[in-house]
Amino acid sequence: MAKKGQGAALDRKKLMADPIMVGTIVVLVTFLTVFILYPLAILLVDSFVGDGGFSLSVFKRIFAMPTFTKAITNTLKVGFLVGILSTIVGLLFAYVEVYVRVGRGVGGLFKVVSMLPVVSPPFVLSLSMIMLFGKAGLITRELLKIYDNSVYGFWGIVIVQSLTFFPVCYMMLKGLLKNIDPSLEEAARDMGASRGKVFMTVTLPLLLPGLGNAFLVTFIESIADFANPMIIGGSYDTLATTIYLQITGAYDKAGAAAMAVVLLSITLLMFAVQKYYLEAKTAATLTGKASRGRMLIEERSVTIPLTILCALAAFFVIMMYLCVPIGALFPTWGYKYTPLTFKWFGQVFTKYKGLKAFRDSFVLSLIASPITALLSMIISYLVVKRKFKAKGFIEAVSMLAMAVPGTVLGVGYIRGFSGGLFHSSDWGIFSEGGALHGLFPNGLLGGIYGSAAILIIVFVVRSLPTGTRSGISALRQIDKSIEESAYDMGADSLTVFMTVTLPLIKDSFLSGLVTAFVRSITAISAIILLVTPQFLLITVQINEFAEKGSYSIACAFATILIIITYGSVLLMNLVMKFFGTSRKLKEDE
Amino acid sequence: MAKEKKGVRLEHISKIYQDPKTKKDFYAVHDTSLEIAPGSFVTLLGPSGCGKTTTLRMIAGFESPDEGEIYLGGEPINALTPNKRDTAMVFQSYALLPHYNIFDNVAYGLKLRKMDKETIKKKVMDILKLVGLEGMEGRMTNQLSGGQQQRVALARALVLEPGVLLFDEPLSNLDAKLRVSMRTEIRRIQQEAGITAVYVTHDQSEAMALSDQIIIMEKGVVAQIGTPQEVYYHPSNEFVADFIGEANFLRGTLVSTDTADIGGHKVAVAASGHDVGGACTLVLRPESAVLGDKGQLPCKVILSCFMGSYQNYHVMVGDTLVKITDFNPKNRKVYQVGDDAWVAFTSEDVHVL
Repeated sequence: MAKKGQGAALDRKKLMADPIMVGTIVVLVTFLTVFILYPLAILLVDSFVGDGGFSLSVFKRIFAMPTFTKAITNTLKVGFLVGILSTIVGLLFAYVEVYVRVGRGVGGLFKVVSMLPVVSPPFVLSLSMIMLFGKAGLITRELLKIYDNSVYGFWGIVIVQSLTFFPVCYMMLKGLLKNIDPSLEEAARDMGASRGKVFMTVTLPLLLPGLGNAFLVTFIESIADFANPMIIGGSYDTLATTIYLQITGAYDKAGAAAMAVVLLSITLLMFAVQKYYLEAKTAATLTGKASRGRMLIEERSVTIPLTILCALAAFFVIMMYLCVPIGALFPTWGYKYTPLTFKWFGQVFTKYKGLKAFRDSFVLSLIASPITALLSMIISYLVVKRKFKAKGFIEAVSMLAMAVPGTVLGVGYIRGFSGGLFHSSDWGIFSEGGALHGLFPNGLLGGIYGSAAILIIVFVVRSLPTGTRSGISALRQIDKSIEESAYDMGADSLTVFMTVTLPLIKDSFLSGLVTAFVRSITAISAIILLVTPQFLLITVQINEFAEKGSYSIACAFATILIIITYGSVLLMNLVMKFFGTSRKLKEDE
Repeated sequence: MAKEKKGVRLEHISKIYQDPKTKKDFYAVHDTSLEIAPGSFVTLLGPSGCGKTTTLRMIAGFESPDEGEIYLGGEPINALTPNKRDTAMVFQSYALLPHYNIFDNVAYGLKLRKMDKETIKKKVMDILKLVGLEGMEGRMTNQLSGGQQQRVALARALVLEPGVLLFDEPLSNLDAKLRVSMRTEIRRIQQEAGITAVYVTHDQSEAMALSDQIIIMEKGVVAQIGTPQEVYYHPSNEFVADFIGEANFLRGTLVSTDTADIGGHKVAVAASGHDVGGACTLVLRPESAVLGDKGQLPCKVILSCFMGSYQNYHVMVGDTLVKITDFNPKNRKVYQVGDDAWVAFTSEDVHVL
């Protein structure tokens, strides 16, 4: 057999005839290498040579720390339970939505519940958990007269994380359930199986890989979560918080790097299982398209208990979220509930530099989101529509970023890009111990640390995987030959992308833009390690006030933040309605 | 109207793909050489996976050949990207740009060529008239029927006056009736425009109706090249005979240059260059034979079915199933299942392989 040499060489030649493509690829590869691979690589270097010379001594040291080994078991225990609980609750919601005839009101509740975690900062539920069920909690103390209830610790984290992450499972499982061909279940019913039997013998087995998938996704989210354990964990430390404390409290960068490597290994392993094993299986069992609509279950013996269960859960979640804006209105939480007051909102701006915090967060996110959206669309375009050598690299690295917990990335950035800062007197310890400095301590990118640029880059890197994933699925919907036809008629890559691809995925681009904005403005885990005093970020502020116990101020900040994020989502929907492709095509019909 | 008709020449073209399951390389197209004359209508015909679409996509530039060189109008074009090649393709899925109206779809390529507005407008209107879509230029693509979308796709390719027009199974998404009328239309437009066309299809009747030349491909190699008549009446092997129309294969030995022995019965055949005394296969088209009380080969009827314009027979000649379509059976003897009869044909009706 002849070698594939000539074909490959010709493909390369054709690529080279397209300088814009080549330029884009080079820029992308550089970006991904410098801002994703390099910080992770430096962590490896740090943890293996941190104590001088290549050795496992750093790992030996951290595994000898009881706080660290405890944190590992803590993290895994929480992750496991949260994964299971979120999957069960998510399945309940998904099943009810797809299979059961429910009232209009309940359907609306579902939408709200799936929306809330998207638009709110990640740790709002921790706040409200403490405010409702803590020692001075509205429910525990005022209603139930329990004066010594503690929400801090294992159960606090588990409940809060499950409530935060189950909507993710709900959305995933909803999609899968909709793909099950109803005639499979009808056939089972027809052969004499009861509803329960059908669920156990048909629906559940078909869904099993999907459930595993949902479990792993929440598991990863849980162990990567930083903010909730930080606020509600109390003395119960997880890996993410331990790493944070190791770097901000103990100033032990080699130790923190090694811990970050451990955390990263766990998430990467889970991610690999999820991505390569379960996703393929899910696709294999659920390729069937629903041939026609499903007969919804109408028996009251089924609908009533399920509806009540879901409504209760939904009300609970909504109550938790409502607690935040309301909490900001009470004069003194835990002691004085009337009359309602706006004084905390006032204090946000008068006393606590709220305006600067919102401006900083807003401006940085606003800069980051178009970059993220455009980058993710370009990556998806290249991955789905083009073939070239570096494609595997680009796809793998942008997906890898999905499995990197924010804390790990934050530590990597500190190590990779910290120049001047770590040489200053306070942080001097970091330059001792024979540790390597980043490749760019004072060089090319030396100035980046502590600047707005690094914060923007972190925002971009943190939202890139989500954007890329949705971009890829949007582009897969588009027949490849549409772009080929434009190419064939004489358009070069840039023209094809601008005149064909982008207009066709306008909606997806727009929602990517808003998702990136919302994710950026609510981000905390990586950013808290990198933010320097000249920037005030809302999420960091909220975290600070929550830790200090100033819940009213934290709530006031969070409320304004939710208003901003929800407002931008509303704005997006409005824009889509008027300029979106879907509407335009509909009108023309 | 085409500025210049261009021929296409493929010299020892190969394309290697990797099987996604077994990870083994295989030839999608193997050592294929073709000569397509300027202004002719040539069809690449074959079952799915035979390499016809890959060949077409190599001419368009979407795939790069692993061996060999492709020439367009005498110029080697291997290293050219699709947008730099003087080809225009009509896609199976039409591939109209859904966010543009008909006019903008057709004008897309012209705008890229930086023509002035007036020229573009005139050209677009002329071509829309040619394909029968006058007055529809303001519509969006989803307001058109499948056949109309196909015409837009054709107009969009034609308006560029390419050296060669490429068709990738353009009619396979249309219903049967429309397919027939569209193929007549395509042939008419190609003739009027006087353009070289390479057309990929797996539908042999489409290939017959459209082509000056048919190139039949099997498993990455060219099985036969010829006019529709040549490939139908003188197939070069059993694959071609079976793929183009229906064929019965009668196995036997060649006892002299013009006589074959089929199961002990002497059958007169047209003289061929095959070795006397060697094994041979006779190709007999179902419509070339009739059933009678006397003939060349004795048989037993196992199926007899009235189809209106013909009587459909399945008969056993020895162990071989032979299908016969006996046209206009109204005033002829009709045999029933179980009857003994003879298969009758002349030496001109069989082709020796």
